[in-house]
Amino acid sequence: MDAVTEPLLLAVVVATALAFDFTNGFHDTGNAMATSIATRALKPKQAVLLSALLNLVGAFLSLTVAATIAKGIVDSNVVTLGVVLAGLTGGILWNLLTWLLGLPSSSSHALIGGVVGAVLAAAGTQGVLWDGLISKVLLPALIAPVVAILVASVGTRLVTRFTNDVKQEDNDRLFRWGQIGSASLVSLAHGTNDAQKSMGIILLALIAAGAVPEDSGVPFWVILSCALAMALGTYLGGWRVIRTLGKGLVELESRQGMAAETSSAAVILLSSHFGYSLSTTHVATGSILGSGVGMKGASVRWSVAGRMFLAWLITVPAAGTVGALAYGLGALVGGGAGSFVVFAALIIASAAIWFASRKDAVGHHNVNEDWKPKQDNESILAESVVDHDMKLMRVSKKGKRRKLGGKR
Amino acid sequence: MSTYVEWDALGNILLWGLIVGAGLPALFALGVRIAEGPGARDADGHIPTGRKILSGICFGIAALTVLGAVAYIAAGGH
Repeated sequence: MDAVTEPLLLAVVVATALAFDFTNGFHDTGNAMATSIATRALKPKQAVLLSALLNLVGAFLSLTVAATIAKGIVDSNVVTLGVVLAGLTGGILWNLLTWLLGLPSSSSHALIGGVVGAVLAAAGTQGVLWDGLISKVLLPALIAPVVAILVASVGTRLVTRFTNDVKQEDNDRLFRWGQIGSASLVSLAHGTNDAQKSMGIILLALIAAGAVPEDSGVPFWVILSCALAMALGTYLGGWRVIRTLGKGLVELESRQGMAAETSSAAVILLSSHFGYSLSTTHVATGSILGSGVGMKGASVRWSVAGRMFLAWLITVPAAGTVGALAYGLGALVGGGAGSFVVFAALIIASAAIWFASRKDAVGHHNVNEDWKPKQDNESILAESVVDHDMKLMRVSKKGKRRKLGGKR
Repeated sequence: MSTYVEWDALGNILLWGLIVGAGLPALFALGVRIAEGPGARDADGHIPTGRKILSGICFGIAALTVLGAVAYIAAGGH
């Protein structure tokens, strides 16, 4: 075997790929489990544990790993370890930022965006296959939610029509099982699909550095570490995203949850079967929206959905900007030291986002609280004037009163 | 536009998505209605055997589809 070139760079890339894998699980727990948590089909902790186990199983279930990254979207000749590292950095930071904002967003699009940005910085515009970027990434981001909304709304409409005169408690009791089954399927598919992507990246890095031969299969430690990183991320649960998906878009009941998750599972599996890959996140979000559209009398918070669609449209440029900056930083410092600087910057930025999230932490204890948009002082004042009710203005002093009480 | 969107694949996804993704919940709902819908229970509160079998078939098909999907994922069709 040839000597491993740049072993330190390789180690940093592998660690970053596992970190990305972790944020992928962390960010996407909600796709499968948000509805089951919101309808209380499962307790929050049970739901993330189940999803984590299924992701773990899913990662081992099928191993058709390809040592590629952003295939057909960037020129594979310009993908160096430095590009991969910068791309991963862009993907991770976009995942963390959207998590901080509680917005579901596609992890694979974030990664692709990061790589595209890094390639632009490394090789200029001819390194990117623009047709591939439009047809494989940008347009599917618009198409996926539409398909999912359609399927889930038809499903929800049929379900509610059949069961409207069934007692609510019977509906909840029986649909709970359908919901758990369909959500489990989404988790399993996610584990298979997304863990393989990280395995592919690590394999690519190993081959590029000469640590394994070109025709190598995936070493077992790569499979195991990817599976564990994703399961751990899933178990810790991106509660902020879960909350938005489960409570922010539609007030869900079991029947809708079951219809939404079945629609998600069906569209995700069918899209990979027909070779037109749609993002799990976009499909799952669309399905939840569809379950609100199909339910008579349910209201969908389109303003929240609008923020998500916007986030999806800027995923590639935003992650790309970070990817390009990371590549620039690495190239500026140069060599192995450059990759360490990029890695250090990634850790500092991630820590900053984590600290920012502590201000209004969302966890399993408050994930199901009622969805209320934050009221600023002006709107509280306006409301109290319109309603001629001065008491409304005291809402913001709640915290202070409690403090005073504590002193006594 | 046709070069940017794979309409064939998309049409298939939509068609089969509606059949499976909307049809299966509908079938499950039918099972719920047969088992617990109005008039399902007799005077003693029992569900007649016929209804039990029919709803069991609905739930069974749903469960088999889930298992089939797991097998499909495991077979690497995905």
